[in-house]
Amino acid sequence: MSKPRTLFEKVWDAHLVRPETPETPAVLYIDLHLIHEVTSPQAFTELRQRGLRVRRPDKTLGTMDHSTPTTPRNHLGIIPVIDPMAISQLEQLRKNCAEFGIPLFELGDENQGIVHVIGPEQGLTQPGMTIVCGDSHTSTHGAFGALAFGIGTSEVGHVLATQCLLQRKPKTCAVRIDGRLGPGVTAKDIILALIAKYGVGGGTGYVFEYMGEAIRSLSMEERMTICNMSIEGGARAGMVAPDDTTFEYIAGRPFAPKGADFEAAVARWRTLPTDEGAVFDHELTLSASELKPMITYGTNPGMGIPIDAPVPRPEDMPDARSRAALDKALAYMGLEPGKPLLGHPVDVVFIGSCTNSRLSDLRQAAQFFRGRKVAPGVRVMVVPGSQQVKRAAEAEGLDRIFKEAGAEWREAGCSACLGMNDDKVPPGKYAVSTSNRNFEGRQGPGARTMLASPLTAAATAVTGVVTDPRTLMN
Amino acid sequence: MEPISTITGKAVVLPVENIDTDQIIPARFLKVTDKSGLAAGLFEAWRYLPDGAPNPDFPLNRPEAAGATILISGRNFGCGSSREHAPWALQDYGFRAVIAPSFADIFRSNALKIGLLPVTIEQAIYDELVAMYANDPQMALSIDLAAQTVTLPDGRQVNFPIDAFSKYCLLHGVDQLGFLLNQAEAITAYEASHPQPVKTTG
Repeated sequence: MSKPRTLFEKVWDAHLVRPETPETPAVLYIDLHLIHEVTSPQAFTELRQRGLRVRRPDKTLGTMDHSTPTTPRNHLGIIPVIDPMAISQLEQLRKNCAEFGIPLFELGDENQGIVHVIGPEQGLTQPGMTIVCGDSHTSTHGAFGALAFGIGTSEVGHVLATQCLLQRKPKTCAVRIDGRLGPGVTAKDIILALIAKYGVGGGTGYVFEYMGEAIRSLSMEERMTICNMSIEGGARAGMVAPDDTTFEYIAGRPFAPKGADFEAAVARWRTLPTDEGAVFDHELTLSASELKPMITYGTNPGMGIPIDAPVPRPEDMPDARSRAALDKALAYMGLEPGKPLLGHPVDVVFIGSCTNSRLSDLRQAAQFFRGRKVAPGVRVMVVPGSQQVKRAAEAEGLDRIFKEAGAEWREAGCSACLGMNDDKVPPGKYAVSTSNRNFEGRQGPGARTMLASPLTAAATAVTGVVTDPRTLMN
Repeated sequence: MEPISTITGKAVVLPVENIDTDQIIPARFLKVTDKSGLAAGLFEAWRYLPDGAPNPDFPLNRPEAAGATILISGRNFGCGSSREHAPWALQDYGFRAVIAPSFADIFRSNALKIGLLPVTIEQAIYDELVAMYANDPQMALSIDLAAQTVTLPDGRQVNFPIDAFSKYCLLHGVDQLGFLLNQAEAITAYEASHPQPVKTTG
């Protein structure tokens, strides 16, 4: 009998064009390469300079998401782009995809959306695949039992030219999440709690495999939320073993195998989960049943607390370095140590991003907007992750709920997650955001971001202050 | 890519942990379609005051930091976004190496690809360097890639790890794409013998 292997090891082994040696890294084959306008132009320039073609345009897909506006369509049905640099970047992607034969979901296309939302919803993201993109949140696709990770632009060029990457084998880390979530506590709270417990560098060098009762009971969209933020814990990739929940999600999607091919694929996918007796290099644990809704108070995603806890005090920190980091973060955030975040006024609520912009996120948020109004003085942006999510939400009337409450219902894109399009949080203002990063200036220069779940964001939107969503639930 | 053998130069210390790539270069500077001019956005929010004037307290703005080629910073340097614009901006500004107790995985990989040397040292050595820099802001260091050593201002040498392949490529100015292109035959054989799960072209 062969040695028991982890999910990661099975996917890794199956994609080795050449195994690693002490002198050379592994040559790893890539099944799907997603590209967008921000991290690809310089890679195409490199290809042209060397006279290279794209080896497998049929394993490559482009979309426009980062620098695109999310302003509602005009009377001609067009989403107007005003920023000349964004126009040039989008035009460049259009030109590159046309020249090299790469399919592209461009702005205005019925399938356009955030790169990590469209892969799964198109059925392109499947168990056992290797998936890369010039974007660190590529870890999202690991929810399907794929090995998916972010790469830089040099590596984008490597994959375009050869469909392969040079990689050293990462170490494996089991992330065991036992118990069941209580009411008002979500997948987002699991991942924020995990990063708060183990820090933003805790996963460096590892690929996470999330397992345990809590993970098994989550939907695919919830698993994506967790895998999405693996990188915030330092892990380049996070994976979940595929199961019936996975197969049911994939069935019938445009790029999913059909009929007998689907049955054959499911049979293959069932062999992927980690074998009994397989050994991980490291293990982390978290109890889901003890979790409360989480919120961040600082300037990295590890600076998170249960929503009813006080902001930590520098004197409670274990060492001088963490005291200094906390002082710096609280000065930026304008928050007082030892005081609760509950009841703190907010200026902006952002519901969106590759972490929390899928239909189930919007449904969760909508339940608090129904029959209520956005609190006076609060700007609420609701940004679906893709055109498909937008249409599905509109089909069930979620857009009307948001708009009647006074929230903005916008076009699909990365929006206010990263402050590179027109959607920003003004300097010094407080935002509760369902996105993934609360770094200084992430949502705009001087923006003060508190990360939370769609439930917490929606509860905060209608009260105008940081609110525990459980207090609004029946 | 220019071969690297030794890097000797003035160092500047930015004593902050978990510096993310949004600090190294904010997203609004990522709208370029080439690699030029990124130094203007390097640490933009820390380097400049809200009125646009240089922040005199930021280490890179101090007169003695002029011409520094080695950046020393706290652990988990380069976490967050995968943007290669971060090492491009550091290189465009004039840095040739970054020394830290640890690096985020994607930043390290990106830096190695472009010849910005990531040098991992022990936390205790980092703490010593911070103290030495406080006494001597003109402090210079020497990094020997072949020997994998950093020579500290007091003459002591400390070792640093680097993957053998990355080291070879940096020492010889070989870029990694060339190596991959030479694998074409093995890649074709792999494609012929393995299932190809999806085609984006329908």
